[in-house]
Amino acid sequence: MTATLNIGLARAALETKLFFRQRDAVIFTFSFPIILLVLFGSIFEGDLEGTGITVAQLYSAGLIGAGVMGVAFQNLAIGIAIDRDDGTLKRLAGTPMPRPAYFVGKLVSSLVLAAIEVALLLAVAVLLFDLELPTDIGRWATLVWVLTLGLAGAALLGIAVSSLPRNAKSAAAVVSMPYVLLQFISGVYIPFTELPSWLNNVAAIFPLKWMCQGLRSVFLGDAGAALELTGSYELPKVALVLGLWLVGGLVLCLVTFRWTNRGES
Amino acid sequence: MTTAIHVRGLTKRYGAVQAVGGLDLDIRTGEVFAILGPNGAGKSTTVEILEGYRKRDAGEVSVLGVDPGQATSAWRARVGIVLQTANDAAELTVRETVRHFARYYPDSKDPDEVIAKVGLTERAGARIRQLSGGQRRRVDVALGIVGRPELVFLDEPTTGFDPEARRQFWDLIRSLAAEGTTIVLTTHYLDEAEALADRVAVIAKGRIVAEGTPRTLGGRATASARVTWADGYAETDTPTALVRTLADKYDGEIPGLQIVRPSLEDIYLDLIGDAE
Repeated sequence: MTATLNIGLARAALETKLFFRQRDAVIFTFSFPIILLVLFGSIFEGDLEGTGITVAQLYSAGLIGAGVMGVAFQNLAIGIAIDRDDGTLKRLAGTPMPRPAYFVGKLVSSLVLAAIEVALLLAVAVLLFDLELPTDIGRWATLVWVLTLGLAGAALLGIAVSSLPRNAKSAAAVVSMPYVLLQFISGVYIPFTELPSWLNNVAAIFPLKWMCQGLRSVFLGDAGAALELTGSYELPKVALVLGLWLVGGLVLCLVTFRWTNRGES
Repeated sequence: MTTAIHVRGLTKRYGAVQAVGGLDLDIRTGEVFAILGPNGAGKSTTVEILEGYRKRDAGEVSVLGVDPGQATSAWRARVGIVLQTANDAAELTVRETVRHFARYYPDSKDPDEVIAKVGLTERAGARIRQLSGGQRRRVDVALGIVGRPELVFLDEPTTGFDPEARRQFWDLIRSLAAEGTTIVLTTHYLDEAEALADRVAVIAKGRIVAEGTPRTLGGRATASARVTWADGYAETDTPTALVRTLADKYDGEIPGLQIVRPSLEDIYLDLIGDAE
């Protein structure tokens, strides 16, 4: 167990190092949600229905959720599909490395990347769009558990989805589609009040909607609760759904994960 | 003499295709064993079953006393695998990669010594992406041996090498063998098998069609020789007698004398031709 954790952490350090050495990936992964935040924050100015909440605040909450999902889900799913294609997984499978250590490495390194991403987005939102950081410890605690649960759930989903693409070349296309779709129906770009109820129901199955909802509770405060569909942030339900994704994602990973490309085993 | 690998009646089928059909194999501890065979003969499937990558359909397989179908990490620590197509970790340096892999093993060698052994000390700080194909394969070997394995699998290790790089690579394999490591080598190059292997097996159509030392494989040592001299030639099973006769006839030196046994390649092509 300790060996697994130690090797897992060594792998996390290695994965993080590898990520930062791919400069183009670094720039695009981190800048994409920031550019969107600057764009949306500049286009849609003003308050929401007299609540005193700015549109920029709303997008800050949504894009932090989308950014974390990008790092955890998209990055991991594509990264693992590449590992499967270029021989990384096969080589590791031939060593005595405890197999869970690979996943510990992926999860911890995406945690590091997500923390950087969130810090960057918060800095931009505070500096450019007057986002007020929460002042009470309770909201910070909410921020931490929503992000941790959301990240872990999205990461496990990413690991499971990595088995879908046939090879590394198709991975970006296969993985990006569900990610982009989820952003549109989970209240990141389009207010969920504008979506038909069946789409809201679809979004409610996946973790992104709940992560964003939890983040809104942190950044919009009590005044924003009235904007929610149910008039409440439903934090217990957020915890429940994200927790279920954690368990479900883990089961899905264990069932679907392949150490080689399809047709090679 | 102990046995490193023991295989009886190994079979593997992919759908309608019988990739391996009742294969028997014994590889002794400490020997360099080459497996030859055309593409699609079942060579890779067999080796991947021995490496623990693939499940077999039937048969008895023991590698270092363990069934690779039930591989444990303790067993994996004793087996080194040098893969044929690995392009991973391109942005890491040689030293970072070897050091990291050393952590996986309970009793690993010193990473810097391993890098020196594969001749990459001068390139240790270079990113793997910047290495030539031959240097990259040396990294693969370094990763395969850093755990101090008793048995190393090398899958077509010198494909695409220039002749000088191949000779250097052969020296590396020989020095591994000199340390007592059992080596299982698959290759397309018959000169490679002849230069390195103590014994050779030829796989065709999912079976071993011949097995022996490179000098005796397929009756090579006893096959009839072609004796050629300035005024003629003859195929004979007793070339020495013929040469003695010729020496008497020419009263000493025989002009243009040449005695040729079939090359390993001739034998190999006959063997896989017969199996078709």
